[in-house]
Formats: sequence, C-alpha cells, structure tokens
Amino acid sequence: MPAVQETVERVRAIDVDQYKYGFTTDIESELAPKGLDESTVRFISAKKNEPEWMLEWRLDAFRRWLTMREPTWARVSYPKIDFQDLYYYAAPKAKAGPKSIDEIDPEILKTYEKLGIPLRERDALLGIESSGGSKVAVDAVFDSVSVATTFKAELAKAGVIFCSISEAIREHPELVKQYLGSVVPVSDNFYATLNSAVFSDGSFVYVPKGVRCPMELSTYFRINEKNTGQFERTLIIADEGAYVSYLEGCTAPQRDENQLHAAVVELVALKDAEIKYSTVQNWYPGDAEGKGGIYNFVTKRGDCRGDNSKIAWTQVETGSAITWKYPSCILRGDNSQGEFYSIAISNGYQQVDSGTKMIHLGKNTSSRIISKGIAAGHSENTYRGLVSAHRRATGARNFTNCDSLLIGDKCGAHTVPYIEANNSSAMFEHEATTSKISDDQKFYCLQRGLSEEEAVALIVNGFVKDVLQQLPMEFAVEAQKLIAVSLEGSVG
Amino acid sequence: MTTDIRTLRTSGEEAFAQAAEARLAAEPTQGRIGELRRAAASAFAEHGLPTRRVEEWKYTDLRAAVREAPPLAGEVTASAEAEAGLRAIAFPGTERVLFVNGAYGRGASHLGRLPAGVSAVPLAAALASGSPLLDRIGGLAPQRYDAALALNTAMLREGLVIHVSAGARVETPIHIAHVFTADAPLSTFTRMLVVVEEGAQVAFIESHQGPDGIAYQANAATEFYVGDGAHVDLIRVQEEGDRALHLATLVVDMGRDVAFHAFQLATGAATARLSLYGRFSGSGSHAGIRGVNLLAARQHGDVTMVLDHAVPHCESRELFKTVLKDESHGVFQGKIIVRPDAQKTDGRMMSQSLLLGEFAQMDNKPELEIFADDVQCGHGATAGALDDDLLFYLLSRGIPRPDAEVLLVQAFVGEAVEYVEQEDLREALMARIVERLGKAG
Repeated sequence: MPAVQETVERVRAIDVDQYKYGFTTDIESELAPKGLDESTVRFISAKKNEPEWMLEWRLDAFRRWLTMREPTWARVSYPKIDFQDLYYYAAPKAKAGPKSIDEIDPEILKTYEKLGIPLRERDALLGIESSGGSKVAVDAVFDSVSVATTFKAELAKAGVIFCSISEAIREHPELVKQYLGSVVPVSDNFYATLNSAVFSDGSFVYVPKGVRCPMELSTYFRINEKNTGQFERTLIIADEGAYVSYLEGCTAPQRDENQLHAAVVELVALKDAEIKYSTVQNWYPGDAEGKGGIYNFVTKRGDCRGDNSKIAWTQVETGSAITWKYPSCILRGDNSQGEFYSIAISNGYQQVDSGTKMIHLGKNTSSRIISKGIAAGHSENTYRGLVSAHRRATGARNFTNCDSLLIGDKCGAHTVPYIEANNSSAMFEHEATTSKISDDQKFYCLQRGLSEEEAVALIVNGFVKDVLQQLPMEFAVEAQKLIAVSLEGSVG
Repeated sequence: MTTDIRTLRTSGEEAFAQAAEARLAAEPTQGRIGELRRAAASAFAEHGLPTRRVEEWKYTDLRAAVREAPPLAGEVTASAEAEAGLRAIAFPGTERVLFVNGAYGRGASHLGRLPAGVSAVPLAAALASGSPLLDRIGGLAPQRYDAALALNTAMLREGLVIHVSAGARVETPIHIAHVFTADAPLSTFTRMLVVVEEGAQVAFIESHQGPDGIAYQANAATEFYVGDGAHVDLIRVQEEGDRALHLATLVVDMGRDVAFHAFQLATGAATARLSLYGRFSGSGSHAGIRGVNLLAARQHGDVTMVLDHAVPHCESRELFKTVLKDESHGVFQGKIIVRPDAQKTDGRMMSQSLLLGEFAQMDNKPELEIFADDVQCGHGATAGALDDDLLFYLLSRGIPRPDAEVLLVQAFVGEAVEYVEQEDLREALMARIVERLGKAG
C-alpha cells in the first residue's frame, strides 16, 4: 500500500527538528501601531478602503468586545494574553496592489513555494498535466492580507465568486451585508467579537444557484510577522442547489513567543446546497519544552439554512500550542445534514480543546460526529461536543463516535460530550472509548520487522482512517504525513 | 470595563443559611465536628445554591427548586412513628431501621436486633457520646463545593452511624427506611456514616417515601468507608411524594480488592438529584453502579456521579436506564477520572434513555478525564423512542399496545435490575417497577 509506505518513509526521514514550516520570510512589512483601541479598528478599515457601514460594524463589535470577558471554561491553561501587546495588522509592503502574480514580492512567492502551495497558475497546470489530478484554486493569506487568488477568471466563468473578503466588501457589498455575521453574530463570544472588530482578511466564496464549483477552492494561511495576531474571516455561501469543497491550510514560523490566531468562519448552505470544508491545521506548536507556538482560538459555524442542505467539516489538527475550536452545524432546514470528522493530535506541551456542536432545529435532520483524538508527550487533548434536538426537531438523528488514543503516561485525553434530547422522536447514539495502542497490534508489526515508530505510525493511521477518507485526495496524503510527523518522538 | 454579576439570593437560600447558623448557635459543638459544621455553614453562606452556570448543576435548577425553605422537622410523635411503620416498604427477610420525618424512630427500630457483626448508633447519640467512628465523618468531601452536602453537614444531627466488624458475613440485609408523614412541608436532613471493616460482607437498602401533594424537602447524605476485601451492596429506592425535593449525596471510599455494588430505583419527587462521589483508594477493586429512573408528568430526575480512579487495577461499571413519560426531564452526568498512576483501569459507563412522552427531555453528559495511558475506558449514551419494529412484533402477536409497551420498557430497565445479586430483592424491585409502569401508563 503506497500510503503506508509513504508514512513509513516519512517517519524514517524525520530528523530532530520536527516542524519543517518554521522558517521566516525576510520581508518588509507594514504594521498597525501596537495595541488595540478604536483607532486601530479605524486604521485597519482605512487600510482596506472599506465603506462606512463596514467601519461602523467593526466599531460596534469593538465596543461590545470591551464589555466581554475571556472564556475560561475550556480545559486549557495559558498565561493571560495582553491584548495591548499585539500588532493587529501586518501586511507585506507592496506596490499598490499586485495586478498579476508577477508583481507579487518574489520572497512571498518563494515562501509559498517552500510550503508547496502553487500560486502560479501555470505551475499548477503543469503539475496537473503530469499528475492528472484536479485543479485547486488558492487564496493565499500572508499575515493580515490576501496576496493572491488563483484561477479567478476560470471560476468567474462558472459564476463562482472566489476572492479575499476585503475585495468582497468592496465589490459585492450586498452579499457581504446580507450574510456577514448572520451565522456567527458579532457578539457570539469573546474571540469572535474581537475578530469582528479587527479582522483583516480571509476568503469569500459565493457559489450561485445550481452551480457545482468546478474545482476545489483553498486558502493557505501563513503568519510571518513577529508579535502579530492573525484574525481572518471566511464567509462561504452556497446558494440553492450549489456545491463547493473548500480546503484550508495553515503554518507559521518557529518563534519563542506565543502568537494569537482568532478566526471566524461562517458557512451558509441554502436549499439543496452542500458545503464541504476541510482544514489541515499545522500552526507552529511550540518547541519540545512548550515554549512558543500559536494560540488558535477559532469560531467556525455552518448554517444549513435551507431544506435538504448539507455541511461537512473535516479537520486534521496537529499544530498550535493551544487549540480552542468547535466547528458547528445549525441544522435549521428540514432534512438537513451535518457532519464532523476530526483528527486532533497533540504532542509536546500542546493543549487541544476541540469538538463540535450539532444543533437540530429542523425536522428529520441528521448529524454524524467522528472524532479521533491522539495525545502524546505532555499534551492534553479534550473532545467537547454538543448534540441537541429542539422540541420541534422531530425525527432528529445523531451518531457520535469519539475515540481517544494515549501514547505515553504524561499526557491526558478527555471527553466531554453534552447530549440533549428534547423530544421523543430524537434518536441519539453516543459512544466513546479511550485506550492505548494495543500491545498485540504493536507486537504483530514489530515481529514483521517494523521499528517501533513505524509500527505506531501504521497503527495510528489505521485508527484515524475513517476521518482521512473524508478528506479530498490531495489533503489526505498531506494529512497522513502530518500525523506521522507530529507523533515523532512519542514512542518509548 | 467588566462588571461582576451577582446572583440574587432566593428566600429559601437565605432561610437555610440562617437556619444553619441558628442550629449551630443553639447546640455549640466543640472539636472536629464543630469545625466541620461551621466550615460547611460558612461555605453555604458564601456560595449558596448553585446557579445553572455551575457546571455540575447545568441541567438541574436547584435555585428554582428551593425558592422556599420549609421549617426544619422537629421531634417525632409516637403516632407518626406508628404510621410510618405501616407505610414503609416491607422487604421480607431484612432488618429495618426507621426514620420518620428525618428523625430516628426510636420505637419502631430495634438496633439491638441487628445481625451479628453489625452495630448501629443513632447519630445524635453518637454525637453526644463522642463515638470514635465520628472522626471519619466529613472525611470524604468531594473536591468541589457541593451545596446539598454542605447544608447537610451544617445541619448534622439526625442519622445513623453503622459499623460492620472485620470479616463479618452478614446474611440479613439492613433496611434503612425514611418515611415522611407530616401533612405540611418540612425540611429534613439525615446523615449516615457506614464503616465496613476488612473482609466484611453486607447489604443495605435505603428507601425514601412520602405523601403526594406536599412540597417537603429531603436532604440525605451517606458516607461509606469500604475496607480492604469487603463486599458491600447498596440498594436505594426513592419514592418521594410528587411535590417533594429529594437531594441525595453518596460518598464512597473503596480500599483494596473491594466489591461495591449500588443500585437505585427512582420514581418519585418533583425534583430529585443523586450526587455520587466514588473513589478507589486501593487497587484491585470493582464498583458497579446502576440505576433505573422512571419519570412522568413534569418530574425532574438527575443522577450525577464522579468516579475517581486514583490507583491502578480498578474496574468500574455504570449503567443507568431512564424512562421518560409526558414532559418529564431526565439528567445523567457521569465522569470517570483516571489519575496518572491508575494504569490498567477499566471503566465503562452507559446511560440509556427511552423518550415516551412527546416533550420528554433527556440530557446526557458522560465525561472521561484520563491521565494514564494503559487503560480501557468507554462511555455511551443513547436517547430514543421505543423501537417500532419490536413493538410491531408484539402487536402482530396479538398483544395490546399498552401491554406491549410495558413489556418493552420492562425489558429495557431489566438489563439494569438484573445486576442486583439478591434474588428476592431483585424480584421486589421489578415488581415495584411493573406496578409503577402500569399506574402511570
């Protein structure tokens, strides 16, 4: 099996330094003044040439944020964040907005090349001709701004709008006004409100009625600048009968201090529409002593607004010092479906508190949750999820399976599910297990000549395969590599 | 910038805090017990009743249930005792100790007749004489503040101190019956301390009953010390009146190679909560905790438990079955903690519920908190209606719908009842379940 072979080779090739995306790009940046007050919000809005209504929206969010408190219920611990000691905006200095890919700073292009993200369409096309795979349109976000979006013209032919959110605010204000903040309200939670005030960039996707998006869309997020927070905002709308598959990847350089990433992602699926959202999150997790790393405080929510709509979240979480993330589905439309597939791997001193919420409101809605948590080293890995059926959500169905695997005796794996059935026709099933890698399985592998690390990688890949199968092909391979990488050093 | 949110005290909360102070002032207690009671009273005065923002009480609004504080129960009259004696559930072949309106029923209980190896003293007498066993009381406090237990400790007066001597094989189960007979609301506080020494084997039944239509409040707490190699069975039957509030706390400490089996059948009270805190302090022990909750009308039944695997090689099994009719509300919160050294822990927790009423509600929160890697832990939770296929099968064989439903529910809850080891008790429990199902259906 080539996939297994690849994992094994991957493990073999690993040297001491695990995180290969830890380099920094030396580039001149433009920063907002350090700290956060109304002028910062105005500065960001002005930088983006935003209309007045958007500035008001941000200021309103900022004022609400001042009255809110940081949430403390998650099972994570970290020193208090000084929100005044951050840069809220960082952009590579550019010459008045690049018109084509050739005007983009070559340093940035090099960065994405190193990360393996093709921004030059012709490279991508060349790649396609040789591998025969499908095309992927990419929106690349570097610190606070989107630097390039590929295949825009080809997507436009199909009527699909794929651009940065800043551009969408300028070019498609009616769509943004209608949907922004309609899934994650401005004052939803501390970090979402902060994001609403200072979000800098992110992707915007609109797939019109009855269109099946002709290619995979993807965004690649990169934090480069020191001491900055990245606040991206993504809004995806699938109009009636539309289909879109969207991928998201993230990396950051290796730094000693902790950096903040507080994103908001909103998905809207109208009648008969389907959105598939996949994430491979590989922010810098900190070093072996737990120094540095990204604080990943993210609000992701999808709204199955129309009947027969479907939203599927797939996530592979291997990075970040702290992850606080609950991609959710509001199953509002009748017969709508929500799915959540997750692999969360923590090693070193990482802390993960992640899960999902499935809120059944419409009739005959169904949801499925498959979560696989793997804890190694000194890490803490928590699954926290909610499944609830409203009084009128007759015929709601849920199946939840969350398994945890512990590798080593210094780590913790926790499961905190909330299951709330408010009517008699709801049918909820939940099962969770926690175990360690079976000695029998390991012995079997060792006895066939695999090293202990190879054996663990193989068994873990088997443990998570239900989730990997849900990822688009390109990501599945990458995810599999990531799993092996992040477990490096956990055996023994 | 941010403002602190203060919760308003309910009048019931205020009244209980004052009552606790008054009782402490009236009966000055010295030494450890006095300190324990004062600490509990001041903790209650400070923290009060939990709001729904307190995670452990997320699904049960105790502040709403304790808007008023009924007066504390006083002395027991001989007629009340006689009435309670008649009303108390009779489990044949058991020895009974009676509590009437929260006070020890002197006339109807025969502590001298308890089987060999078992000795019991009313708590009030033990407090007066300074029994050395009392050093253990309050020794197993849960890690976090528990309002019901704090209030129970502050009010410490009525109850029973039971001692089972080492190696005793007690064949006769001991039935501690709590019967409420007053025709006006009262608050009762009872406390049991049970010390089972090494290698002993004993079974207890704890029952709670009361009349419908009276909003009395019963707060019962039990502390169990199970010595090495002991085998303890506990059966709780909760059949309080339909307007009652029943708050029960059960704290269990298990030594080495212990077998501890608990079973609760809860069918009564307007609002009932069982908080169970179990801790394994010696390896090789087994705990089996099961229960059946039958709820109807607007009843609210909550089972919340924390099982702490602090040492290696212990096994725990939990199974709770909840049947919800009408607009009743069931809650199950279970947490298994596996400490870093508790390798080879084997824990399984299951909560299953049948939603029979259209607007019945079930909230499940099974939790795992695991810090050791060589463990097998799992939990499951299900909620759903009766299986249509099974129902159809029975209907097609000519069984009328109501009977078919009762049969299926009986089978459903039977899976939990069958773990009760004593055959006659198992049958008695099943009979009560069938009777209840028939009555409410």
